[in-house]
Amino acid sequence: MLRTVAITLLLLPLVLIAAPPVHAQEAPDALVKRIAEETLTTIRSDKDLQAGNPAKVKELIESKLVPNFDTARMTALAMGRNWRGATPEQQKQLTEQFKTLLIRTYSNALTNYRDNTMSYKPLRMNAGDTEVVVRTEVTRPGQAPVPIDYSMEKTPEGWKAYDVVVAGVSLVTNYRDEFSDAVKSSGVDGLIKALADKNKGPAPK
Amino acid sequence: MNRTDSLFRRSALLLAAATALLAGCAAAPSRDDPFEPWNRAMYEVHQVVDGNVVKPIAEAYVKATPEPIRTGVSNFFGNIDDLFTGINNVLEGRGDQAGDDFGRVLLNSTFGLGGILDLASMMGINKDKKDFGITFGKWGAPQGPYFFVPLFGPTTVRDGTGTVVRFFLSPLGYIPDVAVRNTIYGVGYVDGRAQALSAESVLDTAALDRYRFLRNAYLKNRRYQVYEGKPPPEEDDQEPAPGAVPAAPPQPK
Repeated sequence: MLRTVAITLLLLPLVLIAAPPVHAQEAPDALVKRIAEETLTTIRSDKDLQAGNPAKVKELIESKLVPNFDTARMTALAMGRNWRGATPEQQKQLTEQFKTLLIRTYSNALTNYRDNTMSYKPLRMNAGDTEVVVRTEVTRPGQAPVPIDYSMEKTPEGWKAYDVVVAGVSLVTNYRDEFSDAVKSSGVDGLIKALADKNKGPAPK
Repeated sequence: MNRTDSLFRRSALLLAAATALLAGCAAAPSRDDPFEPWNRAMYEVHQVVDGNVVKPIAEAYVKATPEPIRTGVSNFFGNIDDLFTGINNVLEGRGDQAGDDFGRVLLNSTFGLGGILDLASMMGINKDKKDFGITFGKWGAPQGPYFFVPLFGPTTVRDGTGTVVRFFLSPLGYIPDVAVRNTIYGVGYVDGRAQALSAESVLDTAALDRYRFLRNAYLKNRRYQVYEGKPPPEEDDQEPAPGAVPAAPPQPK
């Protein structure tokens, strides 16, 4: 036991050195590729993750994926024109709830990805672009490849994704008319409550 | 005969009542889904029948059948899909892709033991997915109203027509023994349902309103396929005017 700890402590500086430097200059396609490959490697090497251990999956998503998303912009996109009608406090709550919803959704989906392989299309980007789309394709055995596009924006902390489009279906704008219906019938607070209730529900296995 | 009649009449009445009830509270129907109240009632019917009968069967099938066998079953039906993908690529004038598709069918049907092994994928001949609905769309046919059909799922008039065309052309229809043919249809149905199980649990987690989430995703995906991955922007695709995304959005925490 003690030896394991000792070895781990010894190895720790190595891990830190080996960790790829995260800085603003990392190109958007390189970022997507690094995150995707690291996540897949983690899942493939961890039996708990493959079995869908909720706490571990959540931890992986929050540490690995969430920092690379602009959740406020995603929420604004999902809200459409209702975003402006929300107060800053409401916007903050909406963002928090929508983020939780997306994390739960991803947690549910992530463990199915073990057998997937990803391929990355060449990036079309001009110098000085602050918005790009990174195109990838996921292949599962016995299935036609599924295109997944990440809309990315340049921020002071590096590139961040603000939309994920799976085979033409945007994970963000697909919510738009659900959200606008909720706002129409019960106001922004009603939508916040609906999201909070949904997030409080039992996590489906 | 009489009993079926009255049962039929009763369920029709029930449906009519459900529809009226839903019509009262549903929002204005969208352009793509003019029969939303009806479809929502059908969705409820589907939930009940599927949840009590079909889904448990699919789950039992997944539990009882080892993965390699399930993969073989999926491959067998996937091989027939490939045949129709090839036909539709021909109809769309994409001979190169059709060549790959028919090559896959040829290889998998022979050395792949009637399609049970997907040798073609192992050899790097990629699978594609096309159907008559996509072809009709490329030819310019409008999608028509959206429908949710119980035990079948989301479709449109155009896509549903495509499904019917395919059904009548399917090689499975030429199997002379009715019992064998129906068994294969049944297995194919359970296989398809089993494949949808994980996607369904994602839908359950993701959607506030599952009916609507599914409809929007279905229509967007079909549109994407008809335009080969480059759909022209729609009115509601637009991001809210630039000012709507605050320069410094309130960051959580």
